[in-house]
Amino acid sequence: MTDWIWAAVAVVLFAVYLSWTAGRLDRLHTRLDTARAALDAQLLRRASVAQELATSSLLDPAASILLYEASHAARQADEEQREVAESELSQALRAVFGEPAQVAQLRAVPGGEEVLRDLTSAVRRVPMARRFHNDAVRAARALRTHRIVRYFRLAGRAPFPMAFEMDDEVPAALAPQGSPA
Amino acid sequence: MRIGIVCPYDWDVPGGVQFHIRDLAEHLIDLGHKVSVLAPADDDSRLPSYVVSAGRSVAVPYNGSVARLSFGIISATRVRRWLRDGEFDILHVHEPASPSLSMLAGWAATGPMVATFHTSNPRSRVMIAASPILQPIFEKISARVAVSEYARRTLVEHLGGDAVVIPNGVDVGFFAGAEPEPRWTGRTIGFIGRINEPRKGLPVLLAALPQILAAHPDVRLLVAGKGDEEEAAAALAPEVRDRVEFLGMVSDEEKARLLRSVDLYVAPNTGGESFGIILVEAMSAAAAVLASDLDAFAQVLDGGRAGELFPVGDAAALARAAVRLLDDPARLAQLRTAAANHVTRFDWSVVGADILAVYETVADGMGGTLGAAPKVREDDRNSRFT
Repeated sequence: MTDWIWAAVAVVLFAVYLSWTAGRLDRLHTRLDTARAALDAQLLRRASVAQELATSSLLDPAASILLYEASHAARQADEEQREVAESELSQALRAVFGEPAQVAQLRAVPGGEEVLRDLTSAVRRVPMARRFHNDAVRAARALRTHRIVRYFRLAGRAPFPMAFEMDDEVPAALAPQGSPA
Repeated sequence: MRIGIVCPYDWDVPGGVQFHIRDLAEHLIDLGHKVSVLAPADDDSRLPSYVVSAGRSVAVPYNGSVARLSFGIISATRVRRWLRDGEFDILHVHEPASPSLSMLAGWAATGPMVATFHTSNPRSRVMIAASPILQPIFEKISARVAVSEYARRTLVEHLGGDAVVIPNGVDVGFFAGAEPEPRWTGRTIGFIGRINEPRKGLPVLLAALPQILAAHPDVRLLVAGKGDEEEAAAALAPEVRDRVEFLGMVSDEEKARLLRSVDLYVAPNTGGESFGIILVEAMSAAAAVLASDLDAFAQVLDGGRAGELFPVGDAAALARAAVRLLDDPARLAQLRTAAANHVTRFDWSVVGADILAVYETVADGMGGTLGAAPKVREDDRNSRFT
């Protein structure tokens, strides 16, 4: 008789553990969704500021065209091409804002200061958002590869989380130390 | 005349536009004009005396590949200084639609301005969306030149307006005077172009080769150009492979001698050509030419009168035409004569005179209203960028 009681206790404890793990996983998925939405928003914001700058005629036409093309491609890219397109936008921004002189010129024209502030904040937030996202991905993946989660299919149909890999290095002249305050 | 020419691409990197500008500048200097070429270049010391460096170009993703371009405030400042120092009667920008020095020069200057369009502008969507940026520049261009009818058509489609067609020039005498190389003569077919670039069409020619060899077992194919030979030849049967010789990269002199040596020069390109300078060089060497019927090639070959055409990408048709020509020495000789006659149209003496005529037409029109003094000036409307 006592055997039955022990068995029942074990089953109940296991059920509690399963439920607790499922709850953890659910929270991680929510965190992942939030992080992904935040990353999306930052990428979109960066592309928008870049495109705005490109069409503002505050820059010379050649730099404008390069930025326009790259930001346009980044905004239009489908999921599979997104990482490449966003990386190319980073490279275009670095090419244009590699020189402190370019930042100084933009700061000097009317309206330049504002755009520059928007752009600086956008390019610095992308790496942050991406790091938070990839951190959430790593945590969710660690739990999802756990045996209990796999055997009991606790993740359901949620897609396996993928890190967002891109070149998000900030242009030298817009980085905190490179910007002439 | 004081002539300012702007090259958008790195002077240190070999390319069609750079070669064209180099030859044009040297031709104009020989005629006694004062020419200054502004180009991106890393190293000042190795430049010809007529080239002014605008600083180094920057590698940046553009149009689906990485391009080396010049842009930004530093380049813009150098363009302005060059314009001030040069006091040009005429400004000639090349490829003003690519985001580099030519676009900056068109933006920073005003006065008699000529623009040459070498290639098509592949992404019309960007061009249209960016037109508020580009329109003010293109409005200042007094005369547009396209290097081929094909380039002119794409220009008209994308930007409206019109252009005169002046082809790229070659030094016909250089090719016509080259000595044939005995090792490369005797039933040979020639191909020049990058081996691993499918659009240059080597795979089409290699696919046609077995059929050509079936009719003429003694024929050899000579392939000049850089790329991985083993990869290119991997699909060939051993007895076919034996009849193909890869020469690797060749110098200009070797290229001329090769073109003088072969019985038949084949250009099986499948696309991406807006002019076809290699065909002009082949005709200069009085080679019999068999080329795919791309628009640009058909035009350079005078609609098939100065060289034979076959349908693009059709290996069987290429093989039939090659076999027929190799069987018919009289026809080959006829093609050689036709090529040598037609190619005089592309000699620098003719092309250079045409370009000078454009300069004079533009400068005369402006001179009438503005009087003397340097006629190319800085555009004050963008002065906040100086």
